Amino acid sequence: MNFTKNKMLYGYVILYFTFLYVPVMFLPLFSFNDGMHMAFPIKGFTLDHYEEMWSASKLHAALWNSIYVGITASLSATFLAFLAAKAFTKYKFRGQIFTYGAILTPFLIPEIILAVSLLVIWINIGLPLGLTPIIIGHTLFCVPFCMIILISRMEGFDKNLEEAARDLGEGVLGTFYRVTLPILLPGLIASFLLGFVLSFDEFLIAMFLAGSDQTLPVYMWGQLRFARRLPHVLALGAVIIVGTTLIVMLAYWLRNLGQPQEKKNLTIDI
Amino acid sequence: MNKNFIEIKNVSKYFGNVKAVDDVSFSINQGEFFSLLGPSGCGKTTLLRLLAGFEHPSKGQVFIDGSEVTSVAPNLRPTNMVFQNYAIFPHLNVRKNIEFGMRKENLTKEEMEDRVGEVLNLVKLQGYEERYSNQLSGGQRQRVALARALIKRPKVLLLDEPLGALDKKLRDEMQIELRNLQKQVGITFVFVTHDQGESISMSDRVAVMNEGKIKQISEPHDLYYNPQNIFVSDFIGTTNFLSAQTLSKDGDLIYVSIENIGQFKLNNKLSIGENTNDVTCSIRPESIELSSEPIQNKELKMHGKIVNTSYYGELTTFHVVIEGIKNPLIVSSQRYDHKSFLSNNCYIGINLEDINLLTNE
Amino acid sequence: MFQVWQKFYASSDNAKAYILLSPALILVILGMAVPVFAMFAMSFTTQAGFEIDYSPTFDRYREFLDTGTRTGTILTTLLSRSITISFLVTFFTILTTYPVAYYVAFYVKKNKILWIILMTIPFWTSYLLRVFAWKLILGNSGVINASLISVGLTDEPLSYLMYSQLSVVITLCHAWSAFALLPLFVSLDKIDHSLIEASRDLGCSKFETFIRVTFPLSLPGVIGAILIIFIPTVGDFVTPALVGGTEGRMLSNMIQAYFGRVNNFSLGAASAVIMLFSVIVVTIIVNFVTKRLTQRL
Repeated sequence: MNFTKNKMLYGYVILYFTFLYVPVMFLPLFSFNDGMHMAFPIKGFTLDHYEEMWSASKLHAALWNSIYVGITASLSATFLAFLAAKAFTKYKFRGQIFTYGAILTPFLIPEIILAVSLLVIWINIGLPLGLTPIIIGHTLFCVPFCMIILISRMEGFDKNLEEAARDLGEGVLGTFYRVTLPILLPGLIASFLLGFVLSFDEFLIAMFLAGSDQTLPVYMWGQLRFARRLPHVLALGAVIIVGTTLIVMLAYWLRNLGQPQEKKNLTIDI
Repeated sequence: MNKNFIEIKNVSKYFGNVKAVDDVSFSINQGEFFSLLGPSGCGKTTLLRLLAGFEHPSKGQVFIDGSEVTSVAPNLRPTNMVFQNYAIFPHLNVRKNIEFGMRKENLTKEEMEDRVGEVLNLVKLQGYEERYSNQLSGGQRQRVALARALIKRPKVLLLDEPLGALDKKLRDEMQIELRNLQKQVGITFVFVTHDQGESISMSDRVAVMNEGKIKQISEPHDLYYNPQNIFVSDFIGTTNFLSAQTLSKDGDLIYVSIENIGQFKLNNKLSIGENTNDVTCSIRPESIELSSEPIQNKELKMHGKIVNTSYYGELTTFHVVIEGIKNPLIVSSQRYDHKSFLSNNCYIGINLEDINLLTNE
Repeated sequence: MFQVWQKFYASSDNAKAYILLSPALILVILGMAVPVFAMFAMSFTTQAGFEIDYSPTFDRYREFLDTGTRTGTILTTLLSRSITISFLVTFFTILTTYPVAYYVAFYVKKNKILWIILMTIPFWTSYLLRVFAWKLILGNSGVINASLISVGLTDEPLSYLMYSQLSVVITLCHAWSAFALLPLFVSLDKIDHSLIEASRDLGCSKFETFIRVTFPLSLPGVIGAILIIFIPTVGDFVTPALVGGTEGRMLSNMIQAYFGRVNNFSLGAASAVIMLFSVIVVTIIVNFVTKRLTQRL
C-alpha cells in the first residue's frame, strides 16, 4: 500500500500536536503576563512573578527537598533496576515471569493505594512522616520504569563482548569496568535522569507522606488554592517545564547513543 | 613440533540433560590448522568454548602445551578467540580494540605502537585505526577481531565460524588469506565451521562431529575418499549409498552382494567381519563413469536411464535410474551433451576400488 | 552422578538470578506487599476520633456498600463514577491517539523516534502543572471564558466547561496521551507492510484492510494502553480535585479525605481495598476478553 500522503490524517496529527502542547504553553505564557487574570488579550510583559518566586523561602526548601528525594530515589531505583535487569537478560530461571510481574506491580496499581498503604504502616509503626517514606515510595515506583529502560538497553547487549574481554585477559571486575559499564553507561544515566524527573514531579505519595517536609509539587499544591499566589506558581511551573524538558531530551539522546542504527527505532518504550 | 600440543581427555559437557559434548578424546599438534566440522548443535562450538575457558567440562581434562587448563579462567589461558559476530567493542575505536588485551603487558608507548602496527600490517588494516565498529564492513570487522587476538601472541587461536557472516566471494578470499596468515604466524588454529567445503580447503586436519561425538579425524583428502562411517560419508560432499550383504572374507578383501547387481570382491579398509551381514557401499558421484556407449574398462558395468540433469557450469549432475537399485544414482560428469543419449539410455561403470564399504551403525 | 550435577547446574543459575533480584524483591515486599496487607488489616478496624479499635469487623465494608445511608450512597456513587470516568478516559484517549500512532508508524519515513519523543515530552513535564493548565483554560475566569467575554461573544462564562465530568475527561485524555501513544505505536510499527499489501492484493479496500488486518494486529498495543490508562485513572485524585468540582469528584478524593481532614483511617482503608479490588477485577476482565478476542483472530 502506498503510505505517502494522507492530508486528512496529517491535518489531524497537527491538531493533536496543538492539543498536546498548547495547554502546557499557557503556563510560561501567562507567567510573563502583567495582570492577575489568565485571559487574552495579554496585558503586558513583566518579570515580577519570577522575582516573587525567587524570594519565596518556603519554595527553596521545597525545591531542595525535591532534589534530595529525586536523586536518592532515582539512584537507588537505577541500582536495583540494573541488578534486576541483569538477572532478566542474562539468566533463565524458575519463576521468571512471576518475579517480573512482582517488580512491575508498583507501577500497575493506583498510586493512591501505594501512598495510603505506606501511610498506614508508617503511622502504625509509629515512625515520623517526612522525606524517608517518600524516598521509599518513589524508589518503589521508579524501579519498574528504570528496569524497562535498562532491559531494552541490555537486551541489545552482546554477551560475546564480555567474553571477548575475558578472553583478552581481563578478570571479572576489569571486564565490568572496561566493557560492561562504558557500554551501558548511557542507559544507566538515562534511567537515572528519567527516574529523577518521575520522582521530582510525583505528587500523590509525597502529599500523603510529607508531614511538614514539603516537596515542590506539594508546595505548589498548597499555593494553587490562593488566586493571589497563582502568578508565581506559573513562573515556577515555567521553570520546571523548561528544566524537565531539557533533562528528558538529554535522557532520550543518551538512550540512543551508541545503539546500532537498526536498533534505534525499537528503543522507545518510554 | 609438539605432537600433543592440545590434549582433550574424555571430556564431556552437559547442559541440563543435553549432552553437548559426549566423552571426547583427541589431540591437536602444534602449528596445525585444525577444524571442528559438523551440523549445528553437534557440540563443536561448545568444544571450542571449553578450550577458551568460557565453559568448563562436566567430566574429563583439557591440556594446552603440557599444562592442565581444565578449570582455568579464560583470561588466564594462552588462547584467544575470534567470535562468530566478531564482538568488536562498540565504544572503542579499532586501535583501542586491538590494544584492549595488552593492558597488563606493561609495554612502552613505542613498543605498543610497533605491536599494533605489526598486526595491522598482518591483517592489512592500516589506516583504519580511528574507525569505530559501526563504520566497518563485515570483512574489516573480522580483521579487527583477528588483529585483536593475534597481538596477544596466543599459543592457540580459536575461531568460531568466522566466515559465516561474510558473502560468498569475500568468504572465498578470506579462506585463502586466513590459511596464509596461519602459515605466516605459525600459531595453532582451531577453527569451527559447519561448511564442509571451507574446512576441507583450509585445514591440515578435520574432526567431524555429530551429536557430541567425534565421528572421524583425518586429513581432508582422507575424509573425502576414505570416510569411516555413513555419517561422514554423507556429510562430506555428495555420495551414493547402496545396501549390501557380507558373504565371506578373503584376506584384506571381502565378498559382498550389492543390492540386486551381483557379488563383488571389495577392499575392506575398515576390517569389517564377514558376519556383519548388512553393510553399505558408498560411491562418490565423480567416480562413476557415464557414457552413451557400453563401457569396457570398469569392473562394475550397468545400464540405466537418465531421469534428471542439472547443469552447474564446470560439472553436470545426472540422476540415473538403474533397474534393481532403489534410489537413482547421482553421477557427476564433465559432459553436458545429454541430448546425445538416445532416449536417455546410458551406460555407467565403476571401479571396485572406488567403492567404500561402511558398517550400518 | 549426572542427576546431581544437573540439579546443581539448574540451581546455580536460579541462585545467581535471585541474588541479583533480591534487593528489588525485598523492596517490593517491604515497601508494597507488607503495607498493602497492613492497609487490608486496617480496613477491618473501627476508628472513633483518634482511637482505633482493632477488633476485627466487616462494618467498614457494610458502611461503604449500604446505600441506605448517606455515606454509603456517596461512596458507591463515587466508586461507580470513578469506574465510568476511567472507561470514558480510556476510550477517548485511545480513540484520539490511535490515528496519530498510525500516522507515525506508517506515514513517517524518517526520524520516527524524534516524532515519538516530541509527543512524549509534555508527558514528562509536571503532571500537577498539566492538570492545572486545564484549569486555566476551562475555568470560569479561564482562557476560553475570559476571552469570550472580553470579545463580547458571551456575557456569562460557559459553566459546563469546568467542574464537570467533561472537564475531568478532557484533562485526563491530555494527561495520559503518552500512555496510549507508546504501546499503540510499538504494536503498529511492528506490522509487516507486506501483510497490508497482501490484504490489498486479495481484494480488500483500504478501510477493509484496516478493519481486517491492521487493527487486529495492533490489538496487543490497544490492550496495553487500556490497562496502563485505566489503572491510574481510577486512582487519580489531582484532576477531579482541581477541575472536577462536586460533579466530577471521584472515590480517590474521598480516600484522601478519610486519610486527611476526616481522619477515619479504617473507612479510608476499606475504600482503598474496594478500589484495588475493582482495579484487579477490571484487569482480569480485560485480560480475559483479550484472550478470547485474540484466539478468534
